[in-house]
Amino acid sequence: MKLIYEKSQAGRRGIGVPKPDLPVPEVPQELARKSPPRLPELAEPEVLRHFTKLSTRNFGIDTGFYPLGSCTMKYNPRVNERIVGLPGFANLHPLVEDDAAQGALELEWHLQEILREVTGLDAVSLQPAAGSQGELTGLMLFRAYFKDKGEDAQRRKIVIPDTAHGTNPASVTMAGYELTPVKTDARGNIDVEDLRDKVDEHTAGLMLTNPSTLGLFDENIEEIRDIFHGVGALMYYDGANLNAVCGISRPGDMGFDVVHINLHKTFSQPHGGGGPGGGPIAVRESLEPFLPVPVVVKDGAGFRLEYDRPKTIGKVRAFSGPFGVFVRSYAFIRSYGPGLKEMSEVAVLNANYILARLKEAYDLPFDRLCMHEFVLSARSLKKEHGVSALDVAKRLMDYGFHPPTIYFPLIVPEALMIEPTESEAKETLDEFVDAMLAIAREGAESPELLHDAPHDRPVRRLDEVRAAKNPIVRFRFEQHPVEQLPVEQSAGARQLEAQKGA
Amino acid sequence: MASSESYPDDLKYHPEHDWARIDGDEAVLGVTWYAQDALGELVHYEAPDVGSTVSKDSSYGEVESVKAVSDLISPLSGEVLEVNAKVVDAPETVNDDPYGDGWLIRIRMSSPDELEQLLDVAAYKKVLDEA
Repeated sequence: MKLIYEKSQAGRRGIGVPKPDLPVPEVPQELARKSPPRLPELAEPEVLRHFTKLSTRNFGIDTGFYPLGSCTMKYNPRVNERIVGLPGFANLHPLVEDDAAQGALELEWHLQEILREVTGLDAVSLQPAAGSQGELTGLMLFRAYFKDKGEDAQRRKIVIPDTAHGTNPASVTMAGYELTPVKTDARGNIDVEDLRDKVDEHTAGLMLTNPSTLGLFDENIEEIRDIFHGVGALMYYDGANLNAVCGISRPGDMGFDVVHINLHKTFSQPHGGGGPGGGPIAVRESLEPFLPVPVVVKDGAGFRLEYDRPKTIGKVRAFSGPFGVFVRSYAFIRSYGPGLKEMSEVAVLNANYILARLKEAYDLPFDRLCMHEFVLSARSLKKEHGVSALDVAKRLMDYGFHPPTIYFPLIVPEALMIEPTESEAKETLDEFVDAMLAIAREGAESPELLHDAPHDRPVRRLDEVRAAKNPIVRFRFEQHPVEQLPVEQSAGARQLEAQKGA
Repeated sequence: MASSESYPDDLKYHPEHDWARIDGDEAVLGVTWYAQDALGELVHYEAPDVGSTVSKDSSYGEVESVKAVSDLISPLSGEVLEVNAKVVDAPETVNDDPYGDGWLIRIRMSSPDELEQLLDVAAYKKVLDEA
């Protein structure tokens, strides 16, 4: 498919711009551009068809099954969009006084209350805009807490298991801490013996995703809690996998002191295209004084943004956070009502259903009941037939599915990480399983078919290495000289003429 | 192009898929064929500074492919004498020749007795079989 610049024809116009009926301001010579901008020149139907065609090449949860492990690509109910589009929400200016934004503040307050209940903790800040920002904010709270106790210089280490999301070690470094990695044992839990050797009075805390990126709930979480709390250290819960446990178990009850919640995953936002996301944090009472400002508080019958928190770490984002995200997630949660637990139960059930049907055809590094996701390995396919996890993922696209997450977590070779979410019907799960089983057979019988996949997509196998080393991120005008029209006909000349007005 | 699987007899190995070639009190370090194969074609090598110190079992740098960023784990402790500039310029050299042109750093060992803790080729191959 051609780029819109390549479709451009010199002099073609979609609309006729009327001559301005106001005097054109004088642009100082040194600021005026020497030549007109090289905008693509097309008629309106050409533009419309170009972008409509592009949109049909997109793949999203609205077009198909999207089992991208760890990303919780669940369906985004349309009612969310209807609510967030209500004029009182959509047209609200962020700088209005509290008394003109009572409905919005009330929604934020209720969302804070719900997140307190879901996490089993005492106080919430809605500010962080993503899970990674929630992590950094949480670790900054750790530091503020220990500084207040006079222990910041002593406690320099954060413990992270080798299954962690890459954002965890990055947040540790950004917050000025040192990383202490800890291993995973044969059942997929944190290796508690390895942990005991590494936790002491220099430890500030633990960052843990539970269930882990292996989709496994850590069976020793209470023992782990005792190890950390025993030396006065704190525990951070990466809420990336909260979709597995809502209404069933609470991070606060497991001993965690700070939790981030990925609103865009667990509580539905369109997030395949980069956001916006929401990463609120919930904290134990001992950390509440340090929360970012403002916090929404209930004051008599009304609500207000409270800034007066002397020990606050400050602001981490403009205003009170990504408001549209709050409205959608609030609408989603209230649509479930008391049945929110069912969301997690079905997410776990769906994952276990697929796992049970696939575990004979692929390697299963940790053979346990999984939570909302699980990790298979294409290790045997690779060893016996030279077919990699990447080949399996590319072939899945021919069957009309979004590939799962691959090569993560790092401790599983040839990893395929599958998260179906609660949104899918059994027929869809079966179609996906049938495709995965067919691909395992194809891999054994005709490996080339997989090496060359995808066969049936708008583009074939992309050269990821070349894309990483030599990315082309803009149209290279210098390689496409302007087609010279006679001066009086040239679009540029006409355009400049038109701008001069009558 | 990509090299074929091999594990030379004259090297010492670390279970994190790193190798060391010993020459007197110096050692040249790199990653094994298995490591480069698992990562795929490398697109970046974050090297340590010459003169810095590395310690056994700790990270001394990173290699990055389109799949993942991976820490380089030092099999030995010592001082960095030289960084392979060829790999900095062309990281895929590691994929082409992991034990030759694709070496990563040269160090002067500070604790030669650490050598006893490293694996010989037979022991490393056992690690791979269990991987």
